[in-house]
Amino acid sequence: MKLHRITAILIRHLYLYKRSFPRLMDIFYWPIMDLLVWGFFSAYLAGTNLDDFNVVSVLLGALIFWNLLSQSQKAVSVSFLEDVWEKNLLNIFVTPLRVSEFLIATSILAIIRIALIITVMGALAIFLYQFNIFQFGFYLIPFLINLLLFGSILGIFIMAILLRYGQQAQILAFGFIFLIQPVSAVFYPVSALPTALQYVAAFIPASYIFEGMRSVVATGSFSFSDLFLAFATNAVYLVLSVVFFYYMFARAKRRGSLLKLE
Amino acid sequence: MRFHMKQTSEPVIQVKNLVKDFGSVRAVDGISFETERGKITGLLGPNGAGKTTTIQMLLGIVTPTSGEITILGMSPATHREEILSAINFSSPYVNLPYNLKVRENLLTFARLYGVRDAAGKIDELADFFEIRELLPKLTSALSTGQLTRVNLTKALLNDPKLLLLDEPTASLDPDIADKTRSFLKRIEHERGVSILYTSHNMAEIEEICERVIFLNKGKITDEGSPDELIEKYGQKNLNEVFLTIARGQ
Repeated sequence: MKLHRITAILIRHLYLYKRSFPRLMDIFYWPIMDLLVWGFFSAYLAGTNLDDFNVVSVLLGALIFWNLLSQSQKAVSVSFLEDVWEKNLLNIFVTPLRVSEFLIATSILAIIRIALIITVMGALAIFLYQFNIFQFGFYLIPFLINLLLFGSILGIFIMAILLRYGQQAQILAFGFIFLIQPVSAVFYPVSALPTALQYVAAFIPASYIFEGMRSVVATGSFSFSDLFLAFATNAVYLVLSVVFFYYMFARAKRRGSLLKLE
Repeated sequence: MRFHMKQTSEPVIQVKNLVKDFGSVRAVDGISFETERGKITGLLGPNGAGKTTTIQMLLGIVTPTSGEITILGMSPATHREEILSAINFSSPYVNLPYNLKVRENLLTFARLYGVRDAAGKIDELADFFEIRELLPKLTSALSTGQLTRVNLTKALLNDPKLLLLDEPTASLDPDIADKTRSFLKRIEHERGVSILYTSHNMAEIEEICERVIFLNKGKITDEGSPDELIEKYGQKNLNEVFLTIARGQ
């Protein structure tokens, strides 16, 4: 594994972000709009004094973390799509670049992207709603790592699907995340789901991550069991998604379809 | 200019009984050939002959159904990184990211190939291909001829021992195509780069290739120097040889 090849992929995308206003908008526009709409709604609910429940903290916390998950997934899968759109895949994969280096580079891109988002959303939440997400400090970091990991796993899974179906499946890069949102316990606990969906949620790392984060934000207590289950399910899905990606990549090479994706 | 080749007699590319099936279609049908070091070899044939599939198998982005490939004495199956570090590729059908400036694109690829003093290398090649004034421009703003030269610059960043060129002069006007051929001849002579070249322009193949390999329906139908083939088929030029072979006369 070579660092210079990982940084090459990374700077190729950073050059792109630097110059492309629509891409920067994609990073910041939706999270900020979400923050405004849900933030004012939370502030309104807080004014109704619902059983001393800290509505602003819980809703805004959930909203910020949901955006981090969705943006980390998009960072990975859209970076692959950029090369498909620009007919650059062949140029990339006829260099000595390894698939593993490509995957690592896109995951680092996800870290950069969520670092930008948490900074902007966190600052806006303080400014607009006096809600300081950073006050929870180190308690949230293990959950943030899991969030990033799960976003990257979803991104890798979507890239593998793109290797099979090409651009006709590109909507997955933008919409797949919403398929798992209802069972991810983002805005409500798993217990609020019907029993059948609670079983589904048990297989989704995001449900443990959001339960754990909610516990930290709402009550200040740290749930080791949620953290452990988040790591365990993420570990399983990480292996499965990487194996799936390698399988689909080898299949694309066998069928000569890598170029036809474009 | 530096010479980067070891002057040995070992072929740059050795292909034995190479087969590629796409489902029930056999795109490449048991071809075997070798290319010499420091020479330009033309890979010719009508559309669907298997030229591009052969190049893609050499580049490792299409997996052969069977057969053996050896590049620079190494097998791609066991020495992928070493081989891809020592070869490069250019095709007008494959783009560089058009939202990046030319210099940014070249820096990205220089980094991918682990080029030391990437900025110096880019400047050196920019002078060679006369694209220095294009470096600060967006890639999307370039003309087809300028893009071809930028693609060739990218293809030489790692001082390749072998260059695979898929129709490098396609869609270029005669003037730019002629300049591109001159560049390629300079690359061959001054840098000792071996080149495998596909084209549908027989006049240019006759002009720059020392040896040609004819493919038709996935098989090698003939090979030799352009002069040998013209004489063998009793034709006036390589274009007529092409038509004779392609039409199975």
